[in-house]
Amino acid sequence: MPEAIFEVFRGDRQGGQPATYRVPIAPGMVVLDALHHIQAHQAPDLAVRWNCKAGKCGSCSAEVNGRPRLTCKTRMDALPLDKPITVQPMKAFPVIKDLVTDVSWNYRVNKKIPPFEPRSGSDWKIYQEDVDRAQEFRKCIECFLCQNVCHVLREHEEMKQFAGPRFFVRVAGLEMHPLDTKSRTRVLKEELGLGLCNITKCCTEVCPEEIHITDNAIIPLKERVVDEFYDPVLMIVRKIRGAT
Amino acid sequence: MTTEYETHEHDVLIIGAGGAGLRAALGALAQGAKVGVVCKSLLGKAHTVMAEGGIAAAMANVDHADNWRTHFRDTMRGGKMLNNWRMAQIHAQEAPERVRELEQWGALFDRTQDGQILQRAFGGHTFRRLCHVGDRTGLEMIRTLQDRGVQLGIDVFMECTVTRLLKDGDRVAGAFGYWREQGRFVVFRAKSIVMATGGIGKAWKITSNSWEYTGDGMALAYNAGAELMDMEFVQFHPTGMVWPPGVQGILVTEAVRGEGGVLRNKLGERFMEKYDPKKMELSTRDVVARAIYTEVREGRGTEHGGAYLDISQKPADYVKKKLPSMYHQFKELADVDITKEPMEVGPTCHYTMGGIRVDAETAKSSVAGLFAAGEAAAGLHGANRLGGNSLSDLLVFGRRAGLAAAEQASKISNTAVDSGQIEEAAREMLAPFERKDGENPYTIHRDLQETMQNLVGIFRDKEDLIRALEELEKLKERAGRVSVEGSRLFNPGWHLAQDLQAMLTVSVAVTRSALAREESRGAHSRIDYPGLNAAWGTKNNVIVHEGSAMMLRQSPVPELPIDLKQLVVDEK
Repeated sequence: MPEAIFEVFRGDRQGGQPATYRVPIAPGMVVLDALHHIQAHQAPDLAVRWNCKAGKCGSCSAEVNGRPRLTCKTRMDALPLDKPITVQPMKAFPVIKDLVTDVSWNYRVNKKIPPFEPRSGSDWKIYQEDVDRAQEFRKCIECFLCQNVCHVLREHEEMKQFAGPRFFVRVAGLEMHPLDTKSRTRVLKEELGLGLCNITKCCTEVCPEEIHITDNAIIPLKERVVDEFYDPVLMIVRKIRGAT
Repeated sequence: MTTEYETHEHDVLIIGAGGAGLRAALGALAQGAKVGVVCKSLLGKAHTVMAEGGIAAAMANVDHADNWRTHFRDTMRGGKMLNNWRMAQIHAQEAPERVRELEQWGALFDRTQDGQILQRAFGGHTFRRLCHVGDRTGLEMIRTLQDRGVQLGIDVFMECTVTRLLKDGDRVAGAFGYWREQGRFVVFRAKSIVMATGGIGKAWKITSNSWEYTGDGMALAYNAGAELMDMEFVQFHPTGMVWPPGVQGILVTEAVRGEGGVLRNKLGERFMEKYDPKKMELSTRDVVARAIYTEVREGRGTEHGGAYLDISQKPADYVKKKLPSMYHQFKELADVDITKEPMEVGPTCHYTMGGIRVDAETAKSSVAGLFAAGEAAAGLHGANRLGGNSLSDLLVFGRRAGLAAAEQASKISNTAVDSGQIEEAAREMLAPFERKDGENPYTIHRDLQETMQNLVGIFRDKEDLIRALEELEKLKERAGRVSVEGSRLFNPGWHLAQDLQAMLTVSVAVTRSALAREESRGAHSRIDYPGLNAAWGTKNNVIVHEGSAMMLRQSPVPELPIDLKQLVVDEK
């Protein structure tokens, strides 16, 4: 049976290094299968997050040969086997152990987003063409790969003032809900740091759900912020009236 | 030894953060209770997220003749009349309101032409009844509940596993568990507890279930003295992926058939004509699973031992719009373009109809203070669950469990837990570290899966079931000698050592119930007892822990009131 060689990061908050494992390859095998094989036969304490193994839950994110991927959807036959396959934890988040990272920051950011506020007295008649846009954003499986590759978070570590693409997608889903009445532009500008995004589209490239994060979520939200806070006519009006 | 642990106090503790657990939390919060939710994974990753086809609710948006009575009748007939009728009635009556409520909390369902929630056809449902979002309905549901919970302020303990329920005399008073991250122990004190932990699919080799599905809620409740019911009824979903090997068992939604998908064998025959000429592909899951299994066994299976499921006669754009995740799943994992060629599918262990026995109105178990909802509970689905009735079950009975648990908690002043129980729970957890040269938990798990797959599968007989019980005894002994490598820090092997105990307990309950029921009904098919037996049609198998032994007895199925009985009589 053909074999693949894996170099999997083993370590914790104190540090670590790759360990080498040989794994037999079966047809259609994905990287997560290989990690399970390693757990069952070589390293029962290898820490890996996973749930559905079908690309629906977004738990098994890691960096395979340097590329952020869902390991359950990364097929071995798409990887070169003449050299070791490296598997590392997502770089933007602190390592807990092996491939498991501390993503709790994301859950804290989520709490800052003002919730859905439907129009009162609505008869809830909503047409498909009005939900198509928001439904795209609601496909997000929270794998946090977009957060992991975003320069603002990965290189500049602006976790305190920047929410990251995942949460712009979530805000877009709320803002574009046909019956939502709440405006989140001030929060986007002041608390979620939307202005720091310089639209390099790295998030869109890695999204396993193929959400057009930059074009369909971030740019329209930036436009909303500009319309509200930087519209030249409104700025003059505000100045005259003395409002901020 | 004095165990170190942290302590948290709540009025209501919910174990499990899928649809049932989150809906229960919202129900309890609405009563003003202080609510904690404990979950084994990160929030939003529970099994509900994988539900695809939809939520069954008689909203009559598409087929205007639909109503709760028809939904009730379909559910009872699908369950081969072993259901708790009152649960089936409550479920059918309340599901539409629970769906509307989800919508008002922000869920965005697919729409009809006139702007209502769109509903699709599904197996065993007389009318088009499943409210859905493409084939990712579960994701929409869990995200909506999660966001609502965050907004209202539930305490969530993520990646935290409960290993034992703590009692104050006869009532539950808390739970002992551990944080996966550091391996530290934690004690939750609570006046009432809702078990919303799902099923036990991971005891089988071919399954659509995730690592979390190890029957721990059922085992925790059983060990605390609660009754389990209908454990022989394990649903094999007819359509899981069969090729390539790595993806074997991954779910292929029934919505493929709901949207017009056709099943064929390798000879090109539309074989459902033989098994259910009236409902064809949209027959109930037990019937379709047996049909595919039989075709394969009799030599008419596909190259990789399944049946063909074909939706390619529909326009490609329509398939991509209505079944987007199926399209991607097959394209990426199996190199199959489902808009052009058929899928290969076969049965996969999917759901447990059985579980903790509960009261229909309040979801309370036979142990004071302990409630259960969703897949962890028994009664609604009887011998076989209809597709789409699970998500509605989670909402309807999750809410009821949360409300009742909060009400119960409000009547209790204080509970006490003696430290002996905590010390014992801690000792049990640490034992695998202290044993040296014991067996690897993964090997035992693999052997358990082989046993259940081969001996307690779709078709069963006495000989196999007796052998299964012998094998399970040996596995229990081996599991008692398991040892664990590494530290307490996020250690999956350690976790599995614990899960094995639950899986083995529940597997024995399943096998003993299956051996007892000498007939074939719904998802339980006995080769040696084909066909229904009227006497068994009035009995539920009940499992309870007495002393140190597992006892099995029969309990009469609650009799339908006359008006409801008339509803379910077969019309000729």
